Amino acid sequence: MGYTLNFDAVWRNFDNLLWGLGLSLTLAVVAIGIGCALGLILAFGRISRSRLLSVPSGAYVTLFRNLPLLVIVLFSFFALPQLGLRLSKANSFVLALALYSAAYLAEVFRGGLLGLPKGLREAGLAIGLTEGQIRRRLVLPVMLRAVLPALGSTFIGLFKDTSLAAAIAVPELTFEARKINVETFRVIETWIVASGLYIATCAILAALLRRLEARLAVSR
Amino acid sequence: MTANLLEIRDLRKSYGPVEVLKGVDCDVRAGEVISIIGSSGSGKTTILRCVNMLEEFEGGTIRIDGEEIGYSTAGGQRKRKAEKEIARQRALTGMAFQQFNLFPHMTALENVTLGLTLVRRMGREEARALGETWLDRVGLLQRKDYYPAKLSGGQQQRVAIARAIAMSPRLMLFDEVTSALDPELVAEVLQVVRSLADDGMTMLLVTHEMRFAYEVSSRVIFMNGGRIGEEGNPREMFAAPKTERLAAFLQSSRFN
Repeated sequence: MGYTLNFDAVWRNFDNLLWGLGLSLTLAVVAIGIGCALGLILAFGRISRSRLLSVPSGAYVTLFRNLPLLVIVLFSFFALPQLGLRLSKANSFVLALALYSAAYLAEVFRGGLLGLPKGLREAGLAIGLTEGQIRRRLVLPVMLRAVLPALGSTFIGLFKDTSLAAAIAVPELTFEARKINVETFRVIETWIVASGLYIATCAILAALLRRLEARLAVSR
Repeated sequence: MTANLLEIRDLRKSYGPVEVLKGVDCDVRAGEVISIIGSSGSGKTTILRCVNMLEEFEGGTIRIDGEEIGYSTAGGQRKRKAEKEIARQRALTGMAFQQFNLFPHMTALENVTLGLTLVRRMGREEARALGETWLDRVGLLQRKDYYPAKLSGGQQQRVAIARAIAMSPRLMLFDEVTSALDPELVAEVLQVVRSLADDGMTMLLVTHEMRFAYEVSSRVIFMNGGRIGEEGNPREMFAAPKTERLAAFLQSSRFN
């Protein structure tokens, strides 16, 4: 055990790690943004009384929840070009993560929709609101507040999943860390710092979400 | 005789194979206060819910100021009206629910103003002023910025009544508005309902408060098994019920 920790090589390349982290966050934000929009549509689809909507939505969730994200990433990057859809590395990863996250987010949103107070919609109808107004002004805001804690965990999980982009050489945090590892052989130091960056980012995300939760709580 | 504000003709409604309304006729003139009483399952609440189309109904017609609610009949074909049209008709009536059903993410004042801005298309300031007027009227102006979770049941119900009445409906529907309240909170809500009645608001109320129905109603309807069992002036009806069913019901609800 004669190993002496020496972080010099890592600090010299710290800029690259930070750029990588920036890209990780960008990938996560864009993918989750798309995933949320798609997830909402799927959630409303799943609870719809029309089988024309509920069956395909359910099939989508089953498909993408039962595939490992890495498989979706590899499919998106290697197989889609064969089918004529050629995307950049980062875009193909965003596509994969967006499709994957939509399935999970749809389940979170569906749980929220099923838990809505029964009288909410009727109270809206009774004052003459249309179904669209009820969805925008009552159902969405009340549901989002209710699912915020679950949403937070899902967001953090999805952020960490961006590390799989390293598999197709997207220069995000994990990819940059592996590069420093290979170039400097400072294995332990590199991964300690990379881990620290992941942990710090997730902790900050969690704190921000908790603050949002407190601000929006319906029990104020 | 003035024209009827509300006209219900041969109203029929089934839940699957169970017929809950078996042909109900009822006329309400402006300013009348009608209490609907009867045991649970007799169809009281269903009548209210058909009047504002929270329930579909398969037979009969409901008219408010002569306008047919929910359906149109052309060439013998009965058709549900367009969603937008039904939304407009729902705003002809105001409804207070047993469970209050306030919007939990909005303050008391926002609960009252939402319909004013979205449905009545009022400006923000005008809606706010009217909302405050009505909250004051139900005694809750100081609580206008409170969220429902911070209000007692009685206070929530008073906000819910203000929310409905602020829309200036032609007719108010009260669906067992005190049934979910602790006994000591019942009076404050009934007080609000009574003051609206005194103002000449036309209302249809489903209630288990027999004393209140007796005091406030111009007419009482006793529902029995999906039909009107008996109907009339509360003083005469409660003193000398014509049917055995009503006598038994009054007995069991210990009206004295």
